[in-house]
Amino acid sequence: MSAEPILEARGLSKTFRAGGAVFGKPFQAVKDVSLAVMPGETLAVVGESGCGKSTLARMLVGLETPDEGEILFRGAPIKRDRALRRQVQMVFQDPYLSLNPRRTVLDIVAEPLDVHGLAKGAARTARVEELLTAVGLDPAASSRFPHEFSGGQRQRIGIARALAAEPSVLVCDEPVSALDVSVQAQVVNLLIDLQKRLGIAIIFIAHDLAVVRAISHRVMVMYLGRAVEEGGADRVLVTPNHPYTVALRGSALEPDPARARLARGKATRGEPPNPVNPPPGCRFNPRCPRVTDECRTNEPQMKRHTDAAGLSGVACYHPVQEAEALSA
Amino acid sequence: MTKQADERPVLSVSGLDVSFSTMRGDVKAVSDVSFDLKRGEVLALVGESGSGKSVSTRAVMGIVRGNATINARRMELAGHDLLTADEEQKRKLRGRVISLVFQDALSALNPVLSIGDQLGELYRTHLNVSKKEARERSIELLRSVHLASADKRIDDYPHQFSGGMRQRILIASAIALKPEVLIADEPTTALDVTVQAQILDLLDELRDELGMAILLITHDLGVVARMAERVAVMYAGRLVETGSVDDIFRAPSHPYTAALMASAPRIETVEKLEPIKGSPPNLIAPPPGCAFNPRCTHLGELCTKVRPELIGDLPGRSRACHYPLVETAHVG
Ligand SMILES: Nc1ncnc2c1ncn2[C@@H]1O[C@H](COP(=O)(O)OP(=O)(O)OP(=O)(O)O)[C@@H](O)[C@H]1O
Ligand SMILES: Nc1ncnc2c1ncn2[C@@H]1O[C@H](COP(=O)(O)OP(=O)(O)O)[C@@H](O)[C@H]1O
Ligand code: SF4
Ligand code: SF4
Ligand SMILES: [Mg+2]
Ligand SMILES: [Mg+2]
Repeated sequence: MSAEPILEARGLSKTFRAGGAVFGKPFQAVKDVSLAVMPGETLAVVGESGCGKSTLARMLVGLETPDEGEILFRGAPIKRDRALRRQVQMVFQDPYLSLNPRRTVLDIVAEPLDVHGLAKGAARTARVEELLTAVGLDPAASSRFPHEFSGGQRQRIGIARALAAEPSVLVCDEPVSALDVSVQAQVVNLLIDLQKRLGIAIIFIAHDLAVVRAISHRVMVMYLGRAVEEGGADRVLVTPNHPYTVALRGSALEPDPARARLARGKATRGEPPNPVNPPPGCRFNPRCPRVTDECRTNEPQMKRHTDAAGLSGVACYHPVQEAEALSA
Repeated sequence: MTKQADERPVLSVSGLDVSFSTMRGDVKAVSDVSFDLKRGEVLALVGESGSGKSVSTRAVMGIVRGNATINARRMELAGHDLLTADEEQKRKLRGRVISLVFQDALSALNPVLSIGDQLGELYRTHLNVSKKEARERSIELLRSVHLASADKRIDDYPHQFSGGMRQRILIASAIALKPEVLIADEPTTALDVTVQAQILDLLDELRDELGMAILLITHDLGVVARMAERVAVMYAGRLVETGSVDDIFRAPSHPYTAALMASAPRIETVEKLEPIKGSPPNLIAPPPGCAFNPRCTHLGELCTKVRPELIGDLPGRSRACHYPLVETAHVG
């Protein structure tokens, strides 16, 4: 892995208005989030619904404009540079909604080729067939329509489309969340395999920690628009430091009765707060078992350092230490 | 922690078949499904999307939608024969003896009635209590599902609550009349994991307090491991393996159950995932013999020719496979 990030985001923020673009109350869906991903690396972004994962993803691929912050590709600002944009492609969550039902698989997968004028006629067809083969589909699928495919197959079509422009970064927004486990594993293995073959970097957005563990090198955890913890997948998932990551970890159930039953009666209290009115201080403070007065008044900042797995950090005044995390 | 399940079944279903007639042909959604739910126990019904979990339980509730043909040898609920009961009798059983919680709380609650009116309505029609008492009982009920500030929020409408709160309200309405059986169809699938943990704790608590039996439908093996004593695995409309959670998770004997477990990712280990190849079969024309045969890695001669019956050896343990996996003895 080279030392220079292939894609970097610095201080991204995005404010929406809840309940109408003009009169709605403004709230920050993403607040001051930075990240960096190396060539050939997978960075997972995890967190619960509404925490800003999709908004972050949409900013990274240029579907949404950040209010603040910048996005750099190999150190150069992406802005409106189409050639750079092409390098960052997106795979969407819902294979049912993200494919146009009236277009053939050929036209769907060829879309980036058409948009960027990369191939025409026989070369276009040949390239699509090559892409379909690469994602494990029969090239004959190109004349069929999306509804003729299962969820897992549709997700493969979405991945083939994203790969058409030969990107160096794939941003995958919950690519397997809508799939059954047996099929989920097929798609996860496909992404790992493509990464090995093509050397692409992957930003993998998910809420399932076990899936994240299978695919990612590094993990960033978000809570209510903020990055609260990041680091190597082993460290963040096995010995988390942020109380919210510890809560997520404690709520994740595994197919092992002895282990899963340990979670009985230990749910984290409190509802996820309303993003329109985030609590003052640390955004997790109303639900946090370690809260102190300081947490209720000042917002903790992420302090990063570099370890063997790259950048690592936690935004918390009273991080959980390894021994405590294991017994929690 | 939880009370020992009583041996008498409170719900007993045998030989349930459900098919839908569609333009493309008959969809055999459920074939020959049999199970007993004992008093106070949690039985999990697991399987991939489309395997027939929801349709089976909707057939028991008498609320299957669409052009369906339903047949069964036996369907008994707490001493009532559901096969001979008329609509009026079944309507009375729903809510009082058996009730259902769905995945999608927003569509299950009435958007134009306050939650106080919806819950109060249940008490007024079923228990014939005054408006004032119905309201008091509703507040009490919402407290029992740990809805914060129940007395202040009783006049709010469903859209004013978060997903987790709505699921609590839906559970409250399902348990209002203290049913003996609660069918929970993917009760936490749409929720975040920290909220899922709260709802599962709540179900445990209600089961302890009310002695309710729960038929838990889920595709999530982690939820099964956390909640259930017994599990029934469905594939393509049929039960393929049943047994205690401890036995089946330790040593699945049906190749599908084993493959399903092997495909589930785990947080502690970073082994390569083992997917099941292909996808579930078309239920209009399922493959001959064992429906799992196109995806099975344990295939033998009979698999494409003869459909395996669900047979048991040890009490409570059964599987439908010609060549079940044998438990390999652990060394040491
Ligand atoms: N009204 C209907 N008309 C035709 N087919 C139907 C109808 N309702 C259900 N089916 C079919 O019956 C089969 C079983 O459906 P069911 O809803 O029970 O699956 P499930 O196991 O609950 O799946 P999921 O995990 O997705 O909820 C599916 O193939 C489904 O498409
Ligand atoms: N276009 C939009 N207008 C208003 N609010 C939005 C818009 N897009 C997203 N949001 C809100 O921003 C927050 C973060 O959303 P999202 O990034 O989709 O979360 P996640 O993907 O983590 O579930 C949510 O509260 C969501 O409702
Ligand atoms: S800063 Fe305080 S409230 Fe926030 S997570 Fe850390 S201990 Fe909890
Ligand atoms: S009967 Fe044959 S195909 Fe079916 S699960 Fe058993 S071994 Fe596999
Ligand atoms: Mg999202
Ligand atoms: Mg269902």
